[in-house]
Amino acid sequence: MKILVCISHVPDTTSKINFSENNTVFDKTGVQFVINPNDEFGLTRAIWFKEKNNAVVHVINVGLSDTESTLRKALAIGADKAIRINHNPKDGHSVAKYISNYISNNSYDLIIAGRESIDYNGGMVPGMISAFTDINFIDKCIDLNISGDSVEASREIEGGKENISTKLPLIIGGQKGLVEESDLRIPNMRGIMMARKKELEVVEVNEDYQSTNSKSFEKPLPKGEVTLISADEIDKLIDLLHKEAKAI
Amino acid sequence: MDILIFAETDDKGNFKKDAFEIASYAYEISSQTGGSVRAICFNSKNPEKLSDYGVKKIINSENDELKNFDAGIYSDCISDVFKSENCSILVLSSSSNSKYIGGILSVKIDAGYVTNIISIPVKDNNLVVVRNTFTNKAFETVEITKSNSILAVSKNSFGLKENPTKTEISDFNFNISERRNKVSSIEKTSNKVTIADADIVVSGGRGLKGPENWHLIENLAEVLGAATACSKPVSDLGWRPHSEHVGQTGKPVSSNLYIAIGISGAIQHLAGVNSSKVKVVINTDPDAPFFKAADYGIVGDAFDVVPNLIDKLKEFKSVND
Repeated sequence: MKILVCISHVPDTTSKINFSENNTVFDKTGVQFVINPNDEFGLTRAIWFKEKNNAVVHVINVGLSDTESTLRKALAIGADKAIRINHNPKDGHSVAKYISNYISNNSYDLIIAGRESIDYNGGMVPGMISAFTDINFIDKCIDLNISGDSVEASREIEGGKENISTKLPLIIGGQKGLVEESDLRIPNMRGIMMARKKELEVVEVNEDYQSTNSKSFEKPLPKGEVTLISADEIDKLIDLLHKEAKAI
Repeated sequence: MDILIFAETDDKGNFKKDAFEIASYAYEISSQTGGSVRAICFNSKNPEKLSDYGVKKIINSENDELKNFDAGIYSDCISDVFKSENCSILVLSSSSNSKYIGGILSVKIDAGYVTNIISIPVKDNNLVVVRNTFTNKAFETVEITKSNSILAVSKNSFGLKENPTKTEISDFNFNISERRNKVSSIEKTSNKVTIADADIVVSGGRGLKGPENWHLIENLAEVLGAATACSKPVSDLGWRPHSEHVGQTGKPVSSNLYIAIGISGAIQHLAGVNSSKVKVVINTDPDAPFFKAADYGIVGDAFDVVPNLIDKLKEFKSVND
């Protein structure tokens, strides 16, 4: 089984979000980048398939050379090969199209993407790849088991879960549940040393597939102070929620 | 510029509140840019309800094969209607199912697709919208450079606006393909209000000391008609199911009212709940970070405050409902 895991290179949650160049570009100064959490759950499940079923695991990212540190981390966790599409992506549509083109030239049985990235929160890449490549798709996948080309999976739905049978090839939008937080791996020294020797293929592209154009960013106004209410004035809280906030 | 909305129904065939919100949103676009609003729905029991929100034409397909959601089949049907009605804008909600089909549809109808939208589009050659990004830490202004657009509206960002209109209701003859994913079973955790549909969410953290105290959260939620949720440590400890975990790696919450009890407010938690309109925090520690993110706060012990709050809310409800 050949697995491709799509990896987004995103600012760590605790990062300060700032913009430069007249609020048109995300300011990377001092920002620590990590594997997108939803992708990391998927990558960990892929490594599980490698260890149990001898799967081959590739990781792919669309980005400039600064994203290679994140791909190397994925290799150190256990992926066999990394692919970087050398392009500064401007929207989810172009990311999905570049990855789909790569898939069409290099067939995979299973493609894992996170349900969404924690930076731009588009949540569109896995669905677009499924449509471009015409392969089966499960979004918000929280459990994934494979035997031969048969797939038993679960998807999170509102108020519960849906159990699904389907066939490979398949793409999933993954999230927590594929593995638990405690299953995530921190690369060890051996993994980091081995990652340096693993293949990192750089793919050059010329076409542009943008369908949306980011014009500017703005930060929300600083939030007003919290209104503190004494624990013995519950009536006052109810009154504020009813009359001022109109929330009840 | 005609606009199509996908109006979702629940298991019983009633429209979800999101359906009325995106209808209101689409009507506002049409009143600014011309064109009319059409809706597609599957097996709706009362499709005419959309006419209250400005929908001129409703395509309601009553077909058993469309009873259960299937991303492939639903997106085929919606794209067929979008094309045959000559629409150029498709408006979706931010529900799980709409997010599932959004990316697929954008390829099928060759549209620029923007999610988490919080503004009415401005037409300046192309459509320009504002969206939430960086997990609610920033707004982004985005221009759609294709002639077709899919606009996925962030829940509760627009609200409901009634615009009663004369409506035509029709059916549509779909060519339904075979399901590629077979649903073998559906497990619903309960019949309670779901986090995604709730206007009010009551959420508990480690401050509640153990799962045996969750009746406080459940009773408060019951009085308010709210959904229950929890912080990540609580689901990791197994006190509550993972499906209740809200935050960055759990479910996102954008309710009208979010009440956090015994939750300190780690940055990952706040990231997931920040788009809720009004936030109330109850915590013994006045230095808990959640007080900086909340609108109203009570420094106090949940075991004293919550039972008192439940009693007072019952009184309030008996007078106001």
